[in-house]
Amino acid sequence: MVFSTAAFITQIVVLLLALLLLHKPLGIYMERVFAGSTHSRLERVFYRLAGVDVGTEQSWSVYLRSVLVFSAVSILAIFALQRLQGLLPGSNGLPGVDPWIAMNTAISFVTNTNWQTYVPEATVGTFVQMCLLAVQNFLSAAVGIVVAVALIRGIVRTKTDRLGNFWVDVTRASFRLLLPIAAVGAIALVMGGVVQNFWSTEVANQATGVTQVIPGGPVASQEAIKVLGTNGGGYFNANSAHPFENPSVFTSLFQVFLILLIPSALPYTYGRMVGDRRQGFTVAGVMAALWLASTALMGWAVASGQGAASAAAGGLGEGFEQRLGPAASSIFAASTTLTSTGAVNVAHDSLPPLAGGIAMVNMMLGEVAPGGTGSGLYGMLVLAIIAVFIAGLMVGRTPEFLGKKIGPREMKLAALYILVTPTLVLVLAGITALLPDVMANAPAAGPHQFSELLYAFTSGANNNGSAFGGITSSGPYLSVMLGIAMLLGRFLTIVLVLALAGSMARQRRIPASAGTVPTHGGLFGSLLLSVTVIMTALSYFPALALGPLAEGLIK
Amino acid sequence: MNVFTGYLRQAGTAARFLLLATIVLGLLYPVAIFGVGQLVAPFQANGSVVKDSAGEPAASALFAQVSADDAGTQDPAWFHARPSAVGWDPASSSASNLGPNDAKLLDAVAANRSAVAAAEGVSEAAVPADAVTASGSGLDPHISPDYAALQVARVAAAHGLSTDVVQGLVDKRTSSGLEAFLGQPSVNVTLLNLDVAAAGNNH
Repeated sequence: MVFSTAAFITQIVVLLLALLLLHKPLGIYMERVFAGSTHSRLERVFYRLAGVDVGTEQSWSVYLRSVLVFSAVSILAIFALQRLQGLLPGSNGLPGVDPWIAMNTAISFVTNTNWQTYVPEATVGTFVQMCLLAVQNFLSAAVGIVVAVALIRGIVRTKTDRLGNFWVDVTRASFRLLLPIAAVGAIALVMGGVVQNFWSTEVANQATGVTQVIPGGPVASQEAIKVLGTNGGGYFNANSAHPFENPSVFTSLFQVFLILLIPSALPYTYGRMVGDRRQGFTVAGVMAALWLASTALMGWAVASGQGAASAAAGGLGEGFEQRLGPAASSIFAASTTLTSTGAVNVAHDSLPPLAGGIAMVNMMLGEVAPGGTGSGLYGMLVLAIIAVFIAGLMVGRTPEFLGKKIGPREMKLAALYILVTPTLVLVLAGITALLPDVMANAPAAGPHQFSELLYAFTSGANNNGSAFGGITSSGPYLSVMLGIAMLLGRFLTIVLVLALAGSMARQRRIPASAGTVPTHGGLFGSLLLSVTVIMTALSYFPALALGPLAEGLIK
Repeated sequence: MNVFTGYLRQAGTAARFLLLATIVLGLLYPVAIFGVGQLVAPFQANGSVVKDSAGEPAASALFAQVSADDAGTQDPAWFHARPSAVGWDPASSSASNLGPNDAKLLDAVAANRSAVAAAEGVSEAAVPADAVTASGSGLDPHISPDYAALQVARVAAAHGLSTDVVQGLVDKRTSSGLEAFLGQPSVNVTLLNLDVAAAGNNH
């Protein structure tokens, strides 16, 4: 296969134009979704049935408690119902899911990770896919968005402990934002060839004598929210490489568009909410610069066709779909790891070594370019606070961020946030690398074995969900360890973000002075970009050197 | 006590919320998309199933459909699809997931290369990359025009057709225009073999 530079650049230009066109209207729409205090008639019914008290706003700790309790209840319900699959309708004849796999999967979908330790075709029927997993595709994405919104409220509000009502926010994120876009996206995907029915079809070719059972299922409806909510869990094992999830290069490009749509519009929402659109433009600019640079590097690394297998085959091919081609697959691979999506349309394990390494680095950046729905923005805002702190040290002033003092408490929370995922990845991968029995689950030889392991924990702790598929993670040890990585990677960071929001909301606004470092414009943008890249490099370089860098340099 | 009852109340709300959300997002939404799909694009919504001349479902245009023996050797009478890690079985889907320097992958590529060269009667150097590498899904029905061209003579002879006629069928099933530009020119082997069968019958 030949990497077409013209196709690569064309698709990037089309994507950027589409996102540029939509980020403002969608950004404004999202601001309105979370701003008003009027509820539609249907929402009122919904709140009454659910027992939600819409009149009260919550303090950060109650908001957090709602996030945690909602997620815990979801995990328990999904675990239990997977175990009971054999007794329920829509099991497609499949038995209850293995307890380790059910536990890992429940955590995985509630944390917006969608790491799939199971083979969907052989493990989960229509009920589990449609009523459990796809529902979490909506709700976990909504949780990420509302946490970002709560953080912005914390920045904007003064002398209050109220951050909003979690239940109202999640309802609006799900039904006013995600559902309508997913519905339009799903219908577009059906028209593009994605299957949406509830039966399989037997086909018999009279000439060749071949018979096949063509699977069916509510795939398009799940596919749309899989990408829109930066979830990434495939209806089929091959994910977006599967012909029924991603029938053509057009649907592939459309999926990348849906992946980037909400994360790239949220900075505009942020700019409007803080009353200074330049703030949003600066964040969006940093995200766009990182996305563009990383995607270009990915294209270069794939086009290089490095690796012994590509050399032996006479070009790219292993793990690629012929109909999609290497250009579309490079853009997909970059975007899925720069967000918390983790859907794949090419087997990442077989990518040229440095391309696989770039996928890892993208996740290690903290998935902030533009990141997961909500999580990308709050990750970037925490990095902005770190950048302000560093700038404050340089000029010898107490750092402030949009009129809020960044004192010891705020700084501790931000610093802890930055430490959570690297600690999880490096400690858990480090311990696991010492266990030969577990390492046997990654049968690759040499540095690639460590790459598979490092990729797994990077993906889990950053709630990405893509994998170097050569590793088998369905056993108890890896199910539990990756479950821990996903849980803490998601909720420890949310605890810190909401605590930060609460602590900023309590403050008075201090007027900007001559010593205030402006948090917009090219200078601050460059600082933010540098902080993001340097943090990642400092944390992960040694681990990367043992894995993908070693692989890329050996040959 | 206050904290505890607070948690309990929240858990009750969470459970009810989850149930209600599941009714809307897990039932009404997919069923609505199903309904709209059946109206606006029933062919695609039902798996792009193409029918034979008798009107019976013959294949899905989106899946490889391969006649192969137990060893995985594809029937020489038909155009061959790319290697598959799952034996082209639509009940499963997977890539090989072997690393870019993996010795097993190198062996598989070498074995595929000599098998294709022998089957087509060409030198090993003439075999294109897609012919010796497994696709990401294991179900990809597409091959490169180069690989299709290698196979034209063999398939034409098996069906008593001229190579010109068969190459014409290949060209008809080769993607073009924007699709070929954004992706790459690709030949749908499943549809091509149905065309070959029809042409062979008419012959």
